[in-house]
Amino acid sequence: MAEQPLPERQSPLEPDYHPGSHGNFEHGVDVILSETRPGSILQLGAWPGEEKRLIEVIRKVTGLALPDGAGGGASSGARAVFGFAPGKFTVVDEAEGLAATFAGVITPAIGTLTDLSHGRTAIRIAGPKAEWVMAKFFAIDFALPAFPLGAGRSTNHHDIFAQIQRSGADQFDIYVFRSFARSFWKALCHASEEVGYEVQ
Amino acid sequence: MLITCPYCGPRDVIEFTYQGDGNRERPQPASQDLDAWNAYVYDRLNPAGDHNEIWQHSGGCRAHLRVVRNTITHEILSTAFARGGHKAEGRS
Ligand SMILES: [Zn+2]
Repeated sequence: MAEQPLPERQSPLEPDYHPGSHGNFEHGVDVILSETRPGSILQLGAWPGEEKRLIEVIRKVTGLALPDGAGGGASSGARAVFGFAPGKFTVVDEAEGLAATFAGVITPAIGTLTDLSHGRTAIRIAGPKAEWVMAKFFAIDFALPAFPLGAGRSTNHHDIFAQIQRSGADQFDIYVFRSFARSFWKALCHASEEVGYEVQ
Repeated sequence: MLITCPYCGPRDVIEFTYQGDGNRERPQPASQDLDAWNAYVYDRLNPAGDHNEIWQHSGGCRAHLRVVRNTITHEILSTAFARGGHKAEGRS
């Protein structure tokens, strides 16, 4: 891993990122949209039979313990992790450089590390109508018992692949391909108009 | 039509890609048994009823799955990971 600092990252949403209240907000803002801009977004994969060892590595590096089961996850505010496929995990950190930390401990016998920090855009939707807006976008169950706190889901919106983590009772973090992020963002803004939304 | 991915749970069929008949037995790559290759490429059971199929959850976890689907009713009778050989029992 390179030691020099990474170049300044620019948001792909920028031309269509307009802080303030929008849509039908006369009776209140029911969702808040934001780009969280984490410094590190990694994809980790375990070889067959090595999943437990990888989960242990993740715990040691991030301090986050993955719960058992498909799509399980956890977050601590600055860091987040969730399973998105068998033996595969997304790990996110507010700070840059998480790839270098993992590179030293994910040995070739355990699995693989892919640094997607510049390849994904992280969008957060929060508020009392977050589930409602998400349910218009994705054909999965967003109710808390079916999609618990910290859990992750892999799905897509009109062929835009999305990884979603529930980061609060009424809050979701959506990871989309950077190249599709602005299109997705505009669609999400349109979908939020009816409930009134604020961009932060 | 809903397919229950062993990892992701029930999802709309639009998230999946059909990967073909799950009954095919691919000959060894070096095989010169023309009848075996012919059967692999062309022979299909085409049942009116339960059918072994390979699907990929391409719009989700991307796992390849063994699926038994009824070709008359589209009922999904079972799903399992294809890992470990498509004719072997899947892990779930
Ligand atoms: Zn799946």
